[in-house]
Parts: sequence; C-alpha cells; structure tokens
Amino acid sequence: MEEKSWSYAQHSKPFKYQEGNLTVTRGSAWSGPGCHLGCGVLLYTDENGKLVKVEGDPENPYNDGRLCVRCLNVNEVTNHKDRLLYPMKRDPKDRGKDKWERISWDEAYDIIVEKFNKIKDEFGAETILFTQGTGRDIAQWISRLAWSFGSPNYCYHLSGAACYLPRVAGMAVTTGGYWVADCSQQFIDRYDNPQYQVPETMFVWGNYPLTSNSDGFYGHWVIDLMKRGMKIVCIDPKVTWLAARAEEHLRVRPGTDAALALGMLNIIINEELYDKEFVEKWTHGFDQLKERVQEYPVEKVAEITWVPAEKIRNAAHILAKSKPATMQWGLAVDMTKESLPASQAIAALFYITGNADIPGGIIMPPELLPYSGGFGHDLLSPEQAEKRIGLKDYPIFQYGFQIAQPDAVQKALETDDPYKIHAGWFQTTNPIACVAAQPKRWAEAVKKLDFVVFVDIFMTPSIMEVADIVLPAATFPERDGLRVGDGVQRGEVINKVTQIGECKSDMQINLELGKRFNPAAWPWENVQAMFSDILKPTGFSFQELQEKAPAYMPFTYKRYEKGLFRPDGQPGFNTGTGKIELYSTFYEMVGLDPLPYFEEPSPGPGATPELLEEYPLVLTTGARIWSMFHSEHRQIERNRAFRPDPEIEVNPDTLKKLGIKDGDWVWVENERGRAKRRVKGTPVIDPRMCSCDHAWWRPEAGPENLYDVLDLNINNLVPWIPGKSGFGSNFKTMLCKLYKVKEGE
Amino acid sequence: MAKYGLLIDYNWCTGCHSCEVACQMELGLPVGQYGIKLTELGPWEYAPGKWQLTYVPIPTDQCTLCDKRVAMGKIPSCVQHCQAKCMQYGPLEELSKLLLDHPKQVLYSLD
Repeated sequence: MEEKSWSYAQHSKPFKYQEGNLTVTRGSAWSGPGCHLGCGVLLYTDENGKLVKVEGDPENPYNDGRLCVRCLNVNEVTNHKDRLLYPMKRDPKDRGKDKWERISWDEAYDIIVEKFNKIKDEFGAETILFTQGTGRDIAQWISRLAWSFGSPNYCYHLSGAACYLPRVAGMAVTTGGYWVADCSQQFIDRYDNPQYQVPETMFVWGNYPLTSNSDGFYGHWVIDLMKRGMKIVCIDPKVTWLAARAEEHLRVRPGTDAALALGMLNIIINEELYDKEFVEKWTHGFDQLKERVQEYPVEKVAEITWVPAEKIRNAAHILAKSKPATMQWGLAVDMTKESLPASQAIAALFYITGNADIPGGIIMPPELLPYSGGFGHDLLSPEQAEKRIGLKDYPIFQYGFQIAQPDAVQKALETDDPYKIHAGWFQTTNPIACVAAQPKRWAEAVKKLDFVVFVDIFMTPSIMEVADIVLPAATFPERDGLRVGDGVQRGEVINKVTQIGECKSDMQINLELGKRFNPAAWPWENVQAMFSDILKPTGFSFQELQEKAPAYMPFTYKRYEKGLFRPDGQPGFNTGTGKIELYSTFYEMVGLDPLPYFEEPSPGPGATPELLEEYPLVLTTGARIWSMFHSEHRQIERNRAFRPDPEIEVNPDTLKKLGIKDGDWVWVENERGRAKRRVKGTPVIDPRMCSCDHAWWRPEAGPENLYDVLDLNINNLVPWIPGKSGFGSNFKTMLCKLYKVKEGE
Repeated sequence: MAKYGLLIDYNWCTGCHSCEVACQMELGLPVGQYGIKLTELGPWEYAPGKWQLTYVPIPTDQCTLCDKRVAMGKIPSCVQHCQAKCMQYGPLEELSKLLLDHPKQVLYSLD
C-alpha cells in the first residue's frame, strides 16, 4: 500500500516532551490493565522514571482527550505494591499453597523449554495448550508462540467462545468479513469527514456501550452522535440511562434476541419495507428467509420475548424508515447457546434494509494485522493443524478463527479425549475467576496437567491454585506495543515509559521464548523490529510511527461495488455465492441450519416451565462496572470503592415476596451451584429476572481460601454446553433462586 | 477580574465518574474525598415507560478550578476527561449566556 494514501495525526509536540519536572509521552493504551480500546493517552513520568499521572490525548481522534475511570489512575495499578515483580516457581505438589520461590528469567525459560520440549518429544506438541483470556495485547503473539512451537491448540477457555467470536465468525462465513457500527472511527477528521453521515438511528442491541467499551467501540461515541441528532433504539432487559432516552426500548427476555430479530424481519419483509434493489442484487437466499420468518409472527414473538407486539412493530418501522441506520451490538447476543442464528437474524435486519457499507450504516473495519486469523498460522504443519481440538465436532472452527473449541478443550482435559493434554501455557488469563464455567471443574481438570505456566500482572486465584511457574507481565505503560485488534485498526503505538521489577511485556516474553523454541519463526532481534515488520504497509518503522501515530488507513464506502472485498477483484462479497448469504451455503455444507432460527434457552421459562417453582427467576450475568475490567482492579482501592462487593440487581417487588432486603447477602443458586452476592433492589430490573456482575474474587481474603473466589464466582452456575456450531453458551440466560446467606457462611 | 465557573449540560451526563477520578488524580485526593462529586436522581418510573434517571456532578469546597492547569493553558481535568463532553469552563458572564440555549444545564460559580 502506498504511504501517501494513509493519513497521520498532526502533532504540536514530539511524542516525548518535558512539562516542568515531568516527562510526557504520547501513545496508546491497551489492556492490561483495562479494556481493549486503545485510547490515546499522555503518560507523565518523574525524574526517577516513575509513572505519576495519565491523561487523555486531546490530539487523538479516537477518544478526543477523554478517558474513563479505569485509565485515569493507571499509575495506581502499575505501581501497586502487590504487582508480581519477578519470575517464581513452585513444586507441583504445593499447588494451591503460597509456597513460591523467586527465580531468574533464564532459569524460568530453561525450565519451560526443557519441560515443553520433553513433552513435545514424548507425546506431541499438540498436548500443550496455549491459552489466553480477554483480548488483551496478546492474541497475535501467543498464537504465533503456539503455532511456531507446533501446537494447534491455541485457545480461549470460555464456553462456546461466547464473547464476540460467535458474531464475528457468523458474519465472516455469511458475508466474507465482519461489520461494525460506522461512527466515523475510520477517519482522522471523524464526524467532520465529508464522506461521513450521522446515522438517523442506532440500534443498541444486547450491549451497554457506555460502560462496556468493547470491540474497538468507544462507548461515548453514542453520545457524540446523539448530540448530532442521532436517535437510538435500545434492546436491553434493563432500564438504563440510554434506554430511558431511546425512541423505543424493547425490554427483551434474556436469551430471546433471535426471536425478536426474526419477528422484526417478519414485519420488514411482509410489509415490503426492505431495500429491494440491494436485496435483489447483493444477497443470496432472500426467498428462503422470507419463508422462515413466517414462523415468527409478531404476536408469537411478543409472547416469547416479553416485548409487547406494538413495540416490536414500532422498532421494525423505525429501522425501515431510518436512512441510514446502524447497530452497536454486544455480548448478550454471544452469551446464549444458539448465538450464531441469533446474530445471523440480527445482522440480516441491517443487510436487507440496505445499511451495509454505506456512510453511517455498518462497515467492515480495515485491518493492519488480521485480528481474527492470528499471526503466523502458516507455521503450523498440516498434520499438526488437523489435530486442533474440536475441529471434528465443530467444523466452523476451521474457518477464520484458529482457536481450539473451548468446551472440547475442557472435555479433553477431563477425559483425555481425543488425547491427553500434558501442559498448559496460560497468558494473562484468570479462568477460575472469570472465563471458566463451573470454575471448580476447570481447576480440577488443569491440576491434572504435568506442568503449568502462567503469565500475569498480579497474583490471581488461578495462578495460586494451579501454576508451577509464574512470569510477571508488564502493564501497558511498561511496554512498547501496537494497538491492533478488534474494530477499525489504526497504526497506533504503545510506548514504554517505566519499568516495574523484572516485568516483561507479553510480546517480549513470547518473542524470547519463541526464539528458544523455533528461531526461524522469530527472526526479529527485538520487539520493535517485529512491530516494524507488521507496520510495513504504513510506510513507517515502529520508531518512526512513534512520532506520527495514529495512522489511518485509506477507506472508501460501497467496496462491494468496486471489487474491494474479494481477492479476485470482482464486485460482491467474499462468500461462495459472491453475495451476502441470508441463506448460508457454508452452514448448509457443515450440517447447520442455513437460516436463522430461535431455540428456547434451556433451562428457561419457555423450555422448562416446570422448573419455575424451584427456580423462579431468570438470571443474567456479566453486567459491566465503570471502574473494573473483568477480574482486574479488585485490589485497586480507588476502583474498588465504586463497587466494594459483588452485586445482584433484583426488583423491589420480587425482594418483598422473598423476604429479602436491599443490602442483604444472598446465595444465587441453580442446579449446578451457588454464588454469594449483595442485593441491590432496583426498579430497572424486570420482576421476573435478576442481573449479576461477574469475575469476582477478593484479593484481601488471601490465598488460604483462594481469595473467596469459589464462593463469589457467579460462573458456579454456568454449564460447559456450547451451541450446535460450537459457538455460544448460556452465560446470560439461566434460571435461579435466591435465599439469604446464614451467619458464618 | 472575571469570575470563572463550570457549566454542566446535565442533559448528557451519563454518570461515568470520569470527572470524579480525573479530579482526584489531578489534586492528589485520597479515595473518599472529591473535588467534584456525581449525584444520581432516580431511577424511578413516574409514568408508564417514563423514567427519571439523571446525573449531575457538583463541585466541592476542594475544587480549585484547576488553577495550575489553567495557568499552563489547559482546561480543568474534569472538563477535559468528561466522556460525554458536557462540561465547560469559562468566565461566568459568557457561560451564563449559554444557559438560555436549552434546558437541563447548571452553572457553578466557583471563583
């Protein structure tokens, strides 16, 4: 790509400058700690190289000087007294006990290389898992480490990979890429870009973007756009600040989004409100979709979803009338078992109304380094690639995403089927507190491994329970890096300004270890050289981009008309039919229903009404918190002050019936287990349901009782059961009962 | 000398707490003390489907209007970091005229 086609920020100062006694370094942020976004930040360090302050960068078009509470006190995380400072080892027979011994990096690497190579020689490289948690600044590097070592089992240990991946995979196989809301984030001049148009309406579906800040989407762009006249429609069971300001608010029953979307499709298709020219020219299988949606008349859908028919009709009419309309969707769509058909139905609403790849509609984000494909899959031999766990049962995992199927991995750990796993590399992930369903089962299964390595920024209950070696990872102000990842990618750099203990960045650890395992696959002298290689299309090296960043890729709309979506340069989409597949030829080929459908979440009021007597409430989990990200921040006093205890939100009328008061501690229980929560009575929750935040542990409780994680973790109630495709799991739709915690419990 | 203050268009305040923490970090305040503090009005349903759910930040006695930042040509930290961009700093005389533009604004006289 030509250098001149990129756009760069104009800066008034170099990327590093003095302000009084402090040095200011411009750059970007990317978890850990914090979220996936990559906001522009100014990092302030004192004469001793200590990070003392963080501010938003007013020259960065992404966040325009703003920051959320999680970034504003990053110095309190980076400098926290409980950081892991050096590598440590522990005798495997002492797993679960606080019996760590400090070692050098060289000794740690020597042990890992010796153990991994021995296991590889004896049992095969595939018997070592390489696991990551949420989309921290690691996915590309850890995938390369796994593949260059020879293991196809790069994995993300969340049942059904039920976070973003189902939607992305579903869109990829039906349209040849994935779609995000167009908030002008691809333009350096943002809302003022002459090509851009403010959406007339944004559908905020299964997501609260203001707190969740996921998928490359800066939540408060919604507010920027509302100020510029955009209306919103909210699909959310809860009354939120945004929902209270929406043109229409559909308080959908958790797990029934697919039915709602099919009901809206029914209206839009039967009333002929769709974009006939686009449908005719650029979609495949409209007639079959039309036939399918006849099974979802709006009155039936109203009964399923708890949303009145009139409101469903109104939302469908708003969508049809809005030119353009866009959608910001989220986790609730993934965290139901049949998430693939749900996302298929929801996305179809926006394709058939002609909103794909137009200004203010939905766009396919440009990528510097493919986020979904990992980095270096070609390093894996075809024989090894075939051994990836879960491929046989879930063929869709062959396409696009290169991860092992998580539920199949859990099964392999527990039953040695299809083969015994011998070791695990867990990089910045805390499964026992966060991603793992039934966390006790996860811990028991991982404890069977011969050798377990963890990398993280703090001691976590996962490390304490199962690890033999722990390596200290850097927070973002301690490392050089690139902000590549989900959503629209930019040439955006992360700049190291401080050093804590012997911590190293995730990518440095991966590079150094990769060089020891397979030097040919890691030809770079250092991480900066590796980044420069990736940044070639920008026309700059990493060091040059430090001054220039952020760099914006060229972008144009209606790329399907110009042949820009297909490798052969023909107009259309990169699918088997060359069109957006409303009827998926790929799903058909792998034995899945080619059309979207709704399946009742089970257990649930629709599937198992007989269970309502014992478990009367629908439970949804994973509600986001302003000040904390997943299982992080529990030891940071300022962040914790906003939410000292794990919560469950319950309607006051429900509490009255149960004889429970606001502020009481309760057990939330289902057939699988229970978790402790503090009750928050609030009318914003439907009386038939309750809502929990997630990933709770108490660092202050100490290692003896594993930081109380097994008492507090709401995932005690969540099963390891994915959808038919292998994507999706019921984290956000279960049944439960509540009862008071007794004294001493 | 012109008197200065903060104008808050609380129609757009989403309750994100950025002003609180930006201020604490700027002034070095301990957890539990604030130079500006968010108040929540609601949530309650006052008519079918109509909800009162509003946030308004209120400056405290510890607010300095970021005099040191302002002297360096910057804007107060709460104003810069407000995610909804619903806060303005300036002379009271100018800000008071903006009150006439639309409802749901408050003007704090602080200097």
